[in-house]
Amino acid sequence: MQDLAIKDLLYKLADDQLILGHRNSEWTGMGPMLEEDIAFSSMAQDKLGHSLAFYSLLHELGEGEPDTVAFMRNADQFHNCQLTELPIGEYDFSLIRHFLFDNAESLRFESLSQSSHEGIARIATKLKGEVKYHVLHGNTMVKQLGSATEESISRLQQALDYALPYALGIFEPSKYEQELIDAGVYVGETSIQAEWENRISAVLAKTSLKLPDLASLTPVYGGRYGQHTEHLQPLLDEMAEVFKLDPTAEW
Amino acid sequence: MQTVEQIREFLEEVKDPEIPVLSLNDLGVITGIELNPDGFVTVRMTPTFAGCPAMDYMRAEVEQSLRKHGIKAFEVVMSFDEPWNSNKLSEKGRQALKDFGLAPPQPYQGILDLEILEYATCPNCQSQNTEMRTPFGPTLCRSMHYCNDCRQMFEQFKPL
Repeated sequence: MQDLAIKDLLYKLADDQLILGHRNSEWTGMGPMLEEDIAFSSMAQDKLGHSLAFYSLLHELGEGEPDTVAFMRNADQFHNCQLTELPIGEYDFSLIRHFLFDNAESLRFESLSQSSHEGIARIATKLKGEVKYHVLHGNTMVKQLGSATEESISRLQQALDYALPYALGIFEPSKYEQELIDAGVYVGETSIQAEWENRISAVLAKTSLKLPDLASLTPVYGGRYGQHTEHLQPLLDEMAEVFKLDPTAEW
Repeated sequence: MQTVEQIREFLEEVKDPEIPVLSLNDLGVITGIELNPDGFVTVRMTPTFAGCPAMDYMRAEVEQSLRKHGIKAFEVVMSFDEPWNSNKLSEKGRQALKDFGLAPPQPYQGILDLEILEYATCPNCQSQNTEMRTPFGPTLCRSMHYCNDCRQMFEQFKPL
């Protein structure tokens, strides 16, 4: 098993958590109601903790310190899927993104808790329980708002149609896909995506929302290979502002 | 030289900073105490939630407590080797949570399914006629619930 394949997998996991965690934190103090403000802030805190767990494992494998890795890379060195970097937009988009992403993440962690790579399995075993609460939150809000008023339904439908091609990009296969599958490290994106479609369809079926035929959509790929939207670099600049001014600062 | 039991007793003083009735022993985050023949002490800890900002604080408190009791050579190691789950909360800890007005997490066996997450007994009137309002509360480890009988909001220490 190549070290490179493991690191590629870890960077993808860690970067997704860091970037979406940062986006979620942009709702702090701005949420449409107190409970949702707290929910997105809590999920932000969880996700930063999750990214730290993976960056720490990367550090054990010879990569830089977690803070350096998080704050000193440029956009083209990030492996997050483009879905996570899109601006928070209106609450409808943030909710749909969170619903689509966390259902996938929960499946990923469940599967990785069985990984043949001990370090990854250990972290995934811990994190899969935490992500259940994110899924519970996303599913509950989508079920409620997806069958509430005409406005809430049409807003969520629009957000869903916009987000889905990006969400399919979560499952962009890496160049080490087969190697990771053969070594029992990871079950692979195709398998996760199939189960993800079952899970989100089951939730959406309880609402007035319509899931388009996913096979007819063109997935937005590139994120896993360092190709990003114009939105990522400004996010990184903002995130690293204090660290770049004074790397020893505590805040 | 102290024994492992004595060191565990010292750590009884260290409380969860956000739930000051709960010691770290009862919370279940101290996963091991080792004592070398030369007196070197290793305390192993594991976080409740990976992103919990109080963990660094708890670690510092553990170090302070060891120093206070004259232990000079020690290290406190934080890891996921023995990951925390809510079943690790002791009976004493569960009772302390109830007295504090927080519903303790429901013990569970095997896989934690979504139904258990939503289930909570009201710590004020013991009613089970309650509903989860939001899985996120004032700290990462607490969810918000409403009691349909005594009509009070209450918090639960999340099952994990």
